[in-house]
Amino acid sequence: MTAIELRDINKSFGPVQANRNVALKINKGTIHGIIGENGAGKSTLMSILYGFYEADSGDILINGKITRIRSSNEAIGAGIGMVHQHFMLVDPFTVVENVMLGAEGGALLNKGIDKAREELERLEREYGLDVPVDSLAGDLPVGLQQRVEILKALYRGAEILILDEPTGVLTPQETDQLFRILKALKDQGVTVVLITHKLQEIMAVTDSVSVMRGGEMVAHRTTAETSKEELAELMVGRKVLLKVDKKDSRPGETALKVEGLSVIDSDGIARVDNVSLSVRHGEILGIAGVSGNGQSELLKALSGIVPPSRGRIELNGTVVTPERPLDARQFRDLNLAHVPEDRHRMGLVMAFDADESAILGYHRSAAYNGPILMNRTAIIEDCAQKMADFDVRPPTPELKSANFSGGNQQKIVLAREMARKPDVLLVGQPTRGVDIGAIEYIHKNLIAMRDAGTAVLLVSVELEEIMSLSDRILVMFEGRIVGEVAPENADERTLGLMMANASPVSYEQASGPGTANSLTQEAGA
Amino acid sequence: MSSASAKLPRWVDVGLIPLINILLAFIASGLIILLIGEDPIEAVRILVWGAFGTEEGIGYTLYYTTNFIFTGLAVAVAFHTGLFNIGGEGQAYIGGLGVGLACLLLDGSLPLLLILPISIAVAAIFGAAWAYIPAYLQAYRGSHVVITTIMFNFIASALMVYLLVNVLIQPGQMSPESREFAPSAQLPFMHEAFAWFGVEITRSPLNLTIFWALICCVLVWTFIWRTRWGYEIRTVGFNETAAVYAGINPKKIIILAMCVSGALAGFVGLNEILGVHHRLLLNFTAGYGFTGIAVSLMGRNHPIGIVLASLLFGALYQGGAELAFDMPKITRDMVVVIQGLVILFSGALAFMIKPGMERLFLRLFSNAARPDTMTEA
Repeated sequence: MTAIELRDINKSFGPVQANRNVALKINKGTIHGIIGENGAGKSTLMSILYGFYEADSGDILINGKITRIRSSNEAIGAGIGMVHQHFMLVDPFTVVENVMLGAEGGALLNKGIDKAREELERLEREYGLDVPVDSLAGDLPVGLQQRVEILKALYRGAEILILDEPTGVLTPQETDQLFRILKALKDQGVTVVLITHKLQEIMAVTDSVSVMRGGEMVAHRTTAETSKEELAELMVGRKVLLKVDKKDSRPGETALKVEGLSVIDSDGIARVDNVSLSVRHGEILGIAGVSGNGQSELLKALSGIVPPSRGRIELNGTVVTPERPLDARQFRDLNLAHVPEDRHRMGLVMAFDADESAILGYHRSAAYNGPILMNRTAIIEDCAQKMADFDVRPPTPELKSANFSGGNQQKIVLAREMARKPDVLLVGQPTRGVDIGAIEYIHKNLIAMRDAGTAVLLVSVELEEIMSLSDRILVMFEGRIVGEVAPENADERTLGLMMANASPVSYEQASGPGTANSLTQEAGA
Repeated sequence: MSSASAKLPRWVDVGLIPLINILLAFIASGLIILLIGEDPIEAVRILVWGAFGTEEGIGYTLYYTTNFIFTGLAVAVAFHTGLFNIGGEGQAYIGGLGVGLACLLLDGSLPLLLILPISIAVAAIFGAAWAYIPAYLQAYRGSHVVITTIMFNFIASALMVYLLVNVLIQPGQMSPESREFAPSAQLPFMHEAFAWFGVEITRSPLNLTIFWALICCVLVWTFIWRTRWGYEIRTVGFNETAAVYAGINPKKIIILAMCVSGALAGFVGLNEILGVHHRLLLNFTAGYGFTGIAVSLMGRNHPIGIVLASLLFGALYQGGAELAFDMPKITRDMVVVIQGLVILFSGALAFMIKPGMERLFLRLFSNAARPDTMTEA
C-alpha cells in the first residue's frame, strides 16, 4: 500500500524552480531515502509535504487520498510528523512537557501530563524509545533530544515520519541507535522518510531511495540493487571520485605548537581543556570529535578570535600566552590562515559583494589600498583571479556573497585563505553543506596545500573526511584530547568510541607527538 | 528553512515602494483632513505651493533640507555599524555650542574665510565628543547606545540652558541668548550670495551651509563605500562575528562610527548658528535630530536617498507651515500629524507592502528559470 504519493509537484521561488514535476511513491511501512546535493530541492519538497510551503501545482496523496496540506497542523492531522535538522525543543521544559507541547488538552496541565506520560510509556514499550521523561530537555545529549523529537511526532499520531539530515549531530554510535529505532518503527508499520546527503546512511538503513538533482527526481532505486557509486553519480550527474588520492606526507619543521592550552568561557567552563598538540609543515593533523566538544573554541583560540585562558601557542617562533594575547589580525600577520567552521556567520559577510567578502581579514593589505581610498579595480581583479583559480561559479565578483551556493561560498573562503600561501592553515568543517563535486575539489586543494609545505590543522565532524585527509588524527572530547590514532589504524568504530569517550582501551590523555602511534606514523613517512 | 524569496528589482525596492508609502501617508492624511471638513486636494495644493511655489518657500524648504541632510547622514553612518544613534538632537545642540563659542571668541580677530573652516572643525569636534561618551559606554561597558544617546539629549539641553542663562547671556538682556556675532562670523545667506552675481532673490534663511551638506553626502558615501574604515564599519554592522574573525576590533569601530555620526549631527549648528541666527540661543535644533532618524530610514541609509528624503521633509516642514497659516482648521498640530503619518508609513511601516509587492512581481515575472542556480532552504 502506498503511504505517500506525490504527483507532478512544482514549486518556484521567483525565477528559481526548486521542484520540477516531482513524482514520488513511498510504500507504507518502509524506510525511504531521499538523497541529493544541497540545492537539489529535497528540503523544499519535504517542506511542501509538511505544509511550510504550498506547491504551485501537483497533488499530494496520503494513503491513496488526495490531501491538501496548507500548514503543519494539517500535516500533523494527515499523520505526518517531522524531525527537523535543528531540534525544536524548549530547553527548560521536561521531556514530557515538550512532548505534550501543542497538544496539552485543556486549560489545566495535570490531565494532559498524565495522558502524555501513559502514552510515552506505551511508545517506549512498542518502539524501544526510552528517554528520561522528567529530565529537562536541555540537559539531554543530542541523541536523546532527537529521540524526544521523534516521540513528539509519534505522540501526535504520526504514521509517516520525515527526518531531515538526522545524523549531522550524532556520534556513529548514536547514529546506529537511531537506525535501530527507525527499523523498529518500520516493523510497527510507520513509514519513514530519511533525507540525507550521506550515501552510507542510505545504504545502511533504507529499503528504497530516490535521487534528486536540480529540482527534479532523477532516479528511484531499490537500495539492495544499487551502490554508493551509482547513487553518487546520479546525484552529481557525472562520475565522482569518492576516495581522496594522496601521496605520503613529508613533514618538516614544527609550524604550530600548542602546550597546555585552555579556553575558559564566561560561565567558567573549560571549553578547551589543557590541550597540547603540534602541527608540522607538510602534514595534515585531523581533529575528530562530535561537534560541541571544544573544536570550535580550539580553532578560535588558535586564530586569535578568543584569547587563551591558560597555556601557550607557539607560531613561527612567536609565543602567545594569556598575558600576551594577539588578535586575529596579528595571527594573520604571522602567516596563519583560517577557514572558519561557519562560513555564514564568520567566513563571509553575506550582504557583501563577493569581491568584498574575498578580502575579509586582508582588507588592510597594501595591495587593496591607496593612501585613503581602497583600490576597487585591484580588489575586483584579485577576486576574479581567485574565482578563476578555484573554479567559483558564477565567476562574478559583483554578485552578493549570499547568492552563491554553499560550495561556491566555501571556495571563495578557501581561495582567500589559501592565496597567501600560509605557513599554518586552520580548516574547520571544510565541506559542511558542500556538494559532492565541490568536496572532491576542496579535498584536492587541501592536499595540494599540504604538499606545498603548509601545516594544516583540520577540524571536521565527518569521520570519512578526517580519515581520508589526515596524516595524524587526534580525538577531542569535552575540550580534551582523548587520544591519537594513525589513519591506517583508524576506523569509524574506534574513532566513534573515542569520540564518546567510551573507549574500552584507555587512551593516554593529551598524547603528544611522542606516543607510539605517532612514532609509527613518522617511521612510515 | 529560510524563505527563498525572490529579489525585487532595485528600482522597485528603492523607488516605487517608498513612493507608494508616501502616497499611502497622504491618503491617510487626506482622510483626516476630510474628517475635519476641509478639502484635501486644496490642502495638498497649498502644501506644495508653500514648499515650492515661491522663492521664499523654496529657500525655507532647502534650509530645512540642509539640517535634515546632516542629521540623516549622522543616523545613517551609525546605522551602518548596526547602531541606532537617537542622540542627533543633543549632538547638533553641542555642535552648535562649539560653533557659537568659536565665533564669540574669534569674531573680532579673524576673517570669515578662517572662521568658516574653524567652525566646521569645532562643530565636528563638539558633536563627535558628545557622541563619544555614549559610544565608549556602549563599546566598553555595554550600556545600550539608544538609552545613553537619548539621555545625552537631555543633558545637552540642560547644559545649554545653564550656559545661556548663567554664562553666555548678553549682559542686560532678558532672553537667554548670547550677543550677536560680528559680521566676520556670519555666513552669507543665499540671497546675499546671489546678490554678488547681481541676481535678486527673496530673503530666506537658506545659506551657504547647504553646499557643505552636499559635500558631506559625497564624503560620507566615499567614506562608507570606498575606504577601509567604511569597509570595517559595514563589516561590523552586517556581521560582528565575521568582523572579529577578520581582526577588526568592533569596539574601536563603534567609537569611530559614533564620532563620525556625532560630527555630522554637529554640523546642524553650522547651519543654525553661523548661518542663520548669528548668536547662541536655546532650542535651535527644533527636533531635526529626531527627524533625521526618519530621513535616514526613508533614504535607506544612502546619501542619495537621504538627500531626497530630506527634501521631502523640508517641503513638509515648510509647506506644512503654510498650510497651518492658510487653512485655519488645520492647526500646527495637524501638520505634525501629517509629518507623523509620513514617518509612520515610510519609516515604521517601510516594509509593510514589501511582501505584497514581492508576490505581485513573482506572479508578473515568474518565468521558468533554470533551477541549478537556486539556493536551498
